[in-house]
Amino acid sequence: MKYLDEYRDHRIARALVAEITSCVKHSWVLMEICGGQTHTIMRYGLSDVLPREVELVHGPGCPVCVTPLETVDKAIALALRPGVILVSYGDMLRVPGSRSDLLRAKAQGADVRIAYSPTGAVKIARANPDRQVVFLAIGFETTAPANAMAAWQAKHEGLSNFSMLVSHVLVPPAIRALLGTPNNRVQGFIAPGHVCTVMGCSEYEGLVRDFGMPIVVGGFEPVDILESVLMLIRQLEAGEAKLENQYVRSVSPQGNGRAREIVAEVFETADQKWRGIGRIPMSGLRLRGEYAAHDADRIFALSEITADEPAECISAQVLRGLKKPTDCAAFCVRCTPENPLGAPMVSSEGACAAYYHYRRHSVVSQEKSCP
Amino acid sequence: MSMRTASPIRFELSCPTPLQSHDTILLGHGSGGKLSADLIRDIFLPTFANPVLSRLDDQGIVQINGQRIAMTTDSFVVKPLFFPGGDIGSLAVHGTVNDLAMGGATPLFLSVAFIVEEGFSVDELRQIATSMQEAATRAGVQVVTGDTKVVEKGKGDGLFVNTTGIGIVPDGINLSADQARPGDKVLLSGSIGDHGIAILAHREGLEFESQIRSDSAALHTLVSQMLDVGAEIRCMRDPTRGGVSSALNEIAERSQVGIELEEGSMPVHEQVRGACELLGLDPLYVANEGKLIAVVAPESAETVLQAMKGHAMGQESQIIGTVNDEHRGLVTMRTNLGTTRIVDMLSGDQLPRIC
Repeated sequence: MKYLDEYRDHRIARALVAEITSCVKHSWVLMEICGGQTHTIMRYGLSDVLPREVELVHGPGCPVCVTPLETVDKAIALALRPGVILVSYGDMLRVPGSRSDLLRAKAQGADVRIAYSPTGAVKIARANPDRQVVFLAIGFETTAPANAMAAWQAKHEGLSNFSMLVSHVLVPPAIRALLGTPNNRVQGFIAPGHVCTVMGCSEYEGLVRDFGMPIVVGGFEPVDILESVLMLIRQLEAGEAKLENQYVRSVSPQGNGRAREIVAEVFETADQKWRGIGRIPMSGLRLRGEYAAHDADRIFALSEITADEPAECISAQVLRGLKKPTDCAAFCVRCTPENPLGAPMVSSEGACAAYYHYRRHSVVSQEKSCP
Repeated sequence: MSMRTASPIRFELSCPTPLQSHDTILLGHGSGGKLSADLIRDIFLPTFANPVLSRLDDQGIVQINGQRIAMTTDSFVVKPLFFPGGDIGSLAVHGTVNDLAMGGATPLFLSVAFIVEEGFSVDELRQIATSMQEAATRAGVQVVTGDTKVVEKGKGDGLFVNTTGIGIVPDGINLSADQARPGDKVLLSGSIGDHGIAILAHREGLEFESQIRSDSAALHTLVSQMLDVGAEIRCMRDPTRGGVSSALNEIAERSQVGIELEEGSMPVHEQVRGACELLGLDPLYVANEGKLIAVVAPESAETVLQAMKGHAMGQESQIIGTVNDEHRGLVTMRTNLGTTRIVDMLSGDQLPRIC
């Protein structure tokens, strides 16, 4: 398949590993931001083939994982209201809120439906004029344009029964927050290619400048990841810090202008809470005042819900790259994808879940009995 | 390296209370994954405990007057009722015939039960019954008894079908998921994911360059061709719900062996692969209705493979992996890069990813 097979070619991947090995002289800690990249690293075992000087740590880039508890709780509460159809991306359905998840709400009789695109949710609203249709609009900058388009369509069609429960997060403020913590270990970033396909690369130039940190915009296949690692290692070994684009087949410096326009038309930046991390200033998107009629938070007057913290979960350290999932005493024992204790275990793209699904056979210590 | 920044963000933990128990049934309990296995282990096995059931094969094999009889049952709740490559009727015949065939049995008789929702079209019911009869004729089985129930409008979903089948297991045939041994080879009869993606695409109105068709088919003649070569076949499974991954995980668990697959050995049609890439699904977890997996002694693998390739339904057969004694109870995949990853059994249904 074009644009896929050549980026999964093991011969090219091996050649890149050989080049990384010959380049690297010092130890470096690199972080990939996007959950899709984490997934690829785990699925193909890329950490196992890289030289020991290169340590990959995994950032908070799984949108499902970092969606705050209260958003999940609100979605469940809405879904259980009579007359409401709650529409969501598939992988949000299993994410636990404080006490339940959307699959359980569905089992209790809630009308919860999966959409393959936000405009699919708009279609459901058109087809059900006597019901309130709420779309759980989550994600990074990648899904923001399509979600924005759904709100725009609803507004312009006067679809008064369509609203969105929004929990949108932005990557650059999160990187800034991670780099600003005193015990940061990360020395180079692989920036998320799909986010940059929409937003372009310019936002990352400030991060490179402010933190003296090399950043490579990377793709999602094994060859993309390895090439991004090589580009970072070359910079780090040469004492350079610049922004480079590995994912040139998809990312242009200015991004997708039309997509950015619709996002700016519908959303505005706001403080945002990240599950497992906390509140990060101006790191999210919310619907503009003009779209208040389609803002589920405002229409349904949803109250904030707080949640208990299992002290055992180390997700804050995992999402900052300070610890590996396998450093956690609960990993694979009391924390599994069926019963997640924390954010990185809740979606298959979370770092803990990726370790669990793909690598627990090789990383779990002998004394833990891992199913 | 300079680390200039504004005031640091305070990181707070905000984790969920774990959801430890399931006190209600979720859709995932019917997915053929871990949740289904939990139900069987926690409720059905202890309740109905007997040696035949505890083998957990696709069929129970009992002895009556010296004759070994295989019996199986399956319920069909597929939506849409008609899909490219089949319909609920033919699927209900093939599914039960295949569950018998996986035990090496010659399928003979079926029962059919219809649960129909009030208001359902009689014409469609006739079409479905006709399709069942045609499938049964092709498979050489007879529908010898049946039942019809009608439920109130809104209390069913159009039509549910149950089929139960019996067949005779020839002497000398003894296939069971607990018999895989280190060194055995794992054979697959053709491309995977066709049925699940055909249903998904049809249901959701996803359009591809050419239509993806379900592989729904009766496999008993393929099985008998494989058994006829007199080779050492340990077990067979048809990888339906939960796909190849669930079927192999069940064998690994029941035989307490590891199974290692080779990346790239799995035949997947290009259209199915494209759809899976688009939706973030893994073909290893997508349902098939006309494929089988066989675990075969290493010295017999090539003979059985050739027998499979000689059958119309096995032309794309391949050896996809090897049984080992590492990582007992786990299925792993050897990647082309030389690394190994787990091919896990899913908890519930595979859900399309956000991006």
